[in-house]
Amino acid sequence: MNLDSLLPNLGEWLRGAGPDTDVVVSTRIRLARNLANFPFTSRANPHQKSETEAKVREAFAKADLAVRPKYLNVTTLPALDRQFLVERQLISRELANVLEGPRGVAFDDRETVSIMVNEEDHLRLQVLRSGLALDEAWAEIDKVDDALEAKLVYAFHDQFGYLTACPTNVGTGMRASVMLHLPALGITKQIEKVFRALQKINLVVRGLYGEGSRASGDLYQISNQVTLGKSETRVLTEIREVIAMILQYERQARQVLIRERKQAEQDRVARALGTLGSAIEITSEETMELLSAVRLGIHLNFVDDITPLTLNQLFIHTQSAHLQKLMGTPLDGEERNAARARYLRNKLRELGANPK
Amino acid sequence: MKCDHCGKPATIHLTKVVNKDVVSLHLCAACEKQAELIPEGPGPAINLPALLALLMGQTPGSLTCPACGLKYAMFKNEGRLGCPHDYDAFRAALEPLLVRIHRGTAHAGKVPKTIAARLELAALKAQLTAAVAAENYEEAARLRDRIRQKEGPG
Repeated sequence: MNLDSLLPNLGEWLRGAGPDTDVVVSTRIRLARNLANFPFTSRANPHQKSETEAKVREAFAKADLAVRPKYLNVTTLPALDRQFLVERQLISRELANVLEGPRGVAFDDRETVSIMVNEEDHLRLQVLRSGLALDEAWAEIDKVDDALEAKLVYAFHDQFGYLTACPTNVGTGMRASVMLHLPALGITKQIEKVFRALQKINLVVRGLYGEGSRASGDLYQISNQVTLGKSETRVLTEIREVIAMILQYERQARQVLIRERKQAEQDRVARALGTLGSAIEITSEETMELLSAVRLGIHLNFVDDITPLTLNQLFIHTQSAHLQKLMGTPLDGEERNAARARYLRNKLRELGANPK
Repeated sequence: MKCDHCGKPATIHLTKVVNKDVVSLHLCAACEKQAELIPEGPGPAINLPALLALLMGQTPGSLTCPACGLKYAMFKNEGRLGCPHDYDAFRAALEPLLVRIHRGTAHAGKVPKTIAARLELAALKAQLTAAVAAENYEEAARLRDRIRQKEGPG
């Protein structure tokens, strides 16, 4: 498969539409599953990894799935393509760069379902949705899991549930994550307080690209920690309640901004657009920070001509691998910063984006 | 030494220091239980692997999975288990860890369909045994029919 064919599309999670998209970027649920009678990936030799890969691929081919995902061998993929899939959230950084031996990913054209093979667990099923859509995501992943389970023998324990390579995932094997854009809580310096409260109730906050990644552009992923002792629906209910609270705080904080410092905020958004539209070189970190201001500006009605979808396009296309694919050539750090700035200048001119 | 409450031989001796005052308490087992001074242990279930490990003078670190050969000490270093059988082989050491991570040790949630059917059958058979023991033959007959139905032809 030539991955360049994915470039014009943004994938489901960046569609920019759906419930509560003023704050919620996307919803993601993943399930960790392993095959019985095989060692976990970290202890499997290449031959055993080939066997699990073959079994899983056969299940992909035969399972009763609504949409049949296409399988991509990650081992033979160039580094740039692997990074490209990481940026699209279709594979983890571990599957791309850390793990060795037979491994891959299957995903559908709309990029809603992705199934990693021989990651930390034999199977990592994932469903992505734009906006806040925990129920829909669960319904879909539950169905995919059922279909695969009919063709595979999962490692399941009467007491411990679905067995996983790391005890932090055992039980349901489910991690539900909601990606939030929380600029107003950041500006009003309430974000730390919110996160301290989250930790007390066993929810985890991470940056954009999961475990260990830095929060940038005011984007945060909130996910459950507990997988053993609580059912999937109960965990989802708990997350939903917490998310509802955070949404309320963020929206209140935005109202405060409008009330108390509207001009300063308008200025910040206009300057962000100005920099994005005129810089000669720009890092991905600075781009993320500025796009965060524009994203807030869209929802506060400070910006015309840019839709959430377009903003997401700028967001994904300015990331390293996407940028290099768009330019059609590998670029080193400095060249990338120049290419990124050029891309943004052209794009914003095309859109005729101006602050109100 | 005698029990402070009833005068029987005391088996439990407690010394409390409150604001530099030393208070000593001597109780027999029955009176202690009534006073609930010492919290009950974690339920009646005996952790057989842990007991065995203790008797054999094994530390959790030297527990080894017979299926994949992983030692518990290696798991402690790397944080990843070797195979599904580790959960039984390391059960004694894993359960306290699972309590710390999840505050739970038993799965609640989705169960694969084939396993759900097996669990249901096992539950029905247990009910049948109980019904026969209680000489509740009507119930037993009903359960037997349901088991036959579940087990299907052959």
